Amino acid sequence: MSKLVSLSEAIQSYVYDGDTIYAAGFTHLIPFAAGHEIIRQGRKGLTLARATPDLIYDLMVAAGCARKVIFSYSGNPGVGSLKWLREGIQDGTLEWEEYSHFGMISRLQAGASGLPFMPMRQTGAVDLERVNPQYKRVKDPYGEQDVIVVPALNPDVAIVHVQRADREGNAHIWGILGEQREAAFAAKHVILTAEEIVDESMIRSDPNRTLIPAMIVDAVCHVPYCAHPSYTQGYYDRDNEFYLKWGEISKDEASIKAYMDEWVFGVRDRNEYWQKLGEETHRRLHVGQRLSTPVNYGSFTDE
Amino acid sequence: MSELAYNANELMVINAARLLQDGDQVFVGVGIPNLACNLARRTHAPHLQMIYEAGVIGAQPERLPLSIGDPTLVSGALAVCSMFDMFSFYLQRGNIDVGFLGGAQIDQFGNINATVIGDYFHPKVRLPGSGGSMEIAAWANRCYIITPHQKRRFPARVDFHTSIGFLEGGDARAKTGVRGTGPQAVVTDLCILKPNAQGELILAALHPGCTYEQVQANTGWPLKQAPHVEFTAAPTQEELKILREDLDPQRIYI
Repeated sequence: MSKLVSLSEAIQSYVYDGDTIYAAGFTHLIPFAAGHEIIRQGRKGLTLARATPDLIYDLMVAAGCARKVIFSYSGNPGVGSLKWLREGIQDGTLEWEEYSHFGMISRLQAGASGLPFMPMRQTGAVDLERVNPQYKRVKDPYGEQDVIVVPALNPDVAIVHVQRADREGNAHIWGILGEQREAAFAAKHVILTAEEIVDESMIRSDPNRTLIPAMIVDAVCHVPYCAHPSYTQGYYDRDNEFYLKWGEISKDEASIKAYMDEWVFGVRDRNEYWQKLGEETHRRLHVGQRLSTPVNYGSFTDE
Repeated sequence: MSELAYNANELMVINAARLLQDGDQVFVGVGIPNLACNLARRTHAPHLQMIYEAGVIGAQPERLPLSIGDPTLVSGALAVCSMFDMFSFYLQRGNIDVGFLGGAQIDQFGNINATVIGDYFHPKVRLPGSGGSMEIAAWANRCYIITPHQKRRFPARVDFHTSIGFLEGGDARAKTGVRGTGPQAVVTDLCILKPNAQGELILAALHPGCTYEQVQANTGWPLKQAPHVEFTAAPTQEELKILREDLDPQRIYI
């Protein structure tokens, strides 16, 4: 059964005020278009969870969508800081819950595995345990040392960008995998955005690459260039100029409002956004070809 | 070439590269650690393997990565895995030789703060937070810290233990049961600090032209000196040529 809908319909159907959202992607495959759509639809009171909040959550915080953030590294990757998130925390206007990367993804791993918590070895850095009571210690039932545990994270909705998916939501991902699969399996609902919608036979030609199966997917959205200004392996490069400009764009209320008026509220959807970026940007983000060698899965018919 | 014909970042990259051994499995960050690893591979450590926390093993990036999740790390790499696999199978299991760390504050015992200046709940300045550094500092076999030498970066005590060195010294680190040996060197633009038997960072080597007084003036605790403080060898023409012409021709990090 096809689950193909527009991104606007998917957000309308699955993202509600007050939800916990996990827009996945470790600096790669970040679903910016979904963030823009959530802002356009005016969602409020969201808990935004991501290992690296990146520009997408900084923008959503600035837009007033968020009540709380859950994160493990809150910076502009490779560039600097995230002003709205940082100031929200400093001023006490934004709730937050903080982990290390391993703590954060262990929460997803537990959620994705149907477990109540995940154990980790000690790191000796107890300050984060002290300030975040979600970190706990339990005695190793088979040994002497305590282990650190974090509770399962089961977001209401995971939004996962992929290179290609069929209409039911079987998805191929390659390149940096980050926490895409864990977020999808942990969430109650999954919205998939895909660069390309392909036939099921294409998915079946390379089943090892299917990291997300249709059974856990609620909506499939065809959204080329969804991840701009972040990267999609084999499709387009990061718009690093945009990342470098973020400090300027986000510097005050007037500048971020001007940006949103033009690039979020001023366009109907991602297609219009991409056209508006213009040919010079398209050329700049183009990536060349480096193909993998096909593998033989074997054929088992009688001939 | 005169002794002054290199800058502070080049000096740190080159000295960090020299600490790496052939065959090391290195957990790399973007920026200066990435340059140090590539330089080591091009000079004395051709079998050094670069591993990125985003889940890339044996990366051979064709350009300087823009972020820790840059696809250039994947093209031509040996393997890619999820972040959970990276932190559990590779790091927690003990398969990583070297981790690079940085932070806003580094204290007398090599503890690092990358989380907050001031009180955690009422921060004066909120910093990005741990990322992977909490686990890297604990579980990599050995760690190196690279940072410019400024007094505000070297307080006697950090405001927050984002990742640990030797805690308050002595056997404090060993008692926590963490597997790695902790920070083995801090490379700055003035010198190299190394831990003594008590885990206290002391002056081990000065870069050419630098003095103990200069280092002490930029360090927030009374700095002890090794019995024989050495001088690091000045960057060679070959090291500088590789860095400038091949590794960072646009001078993004150097």
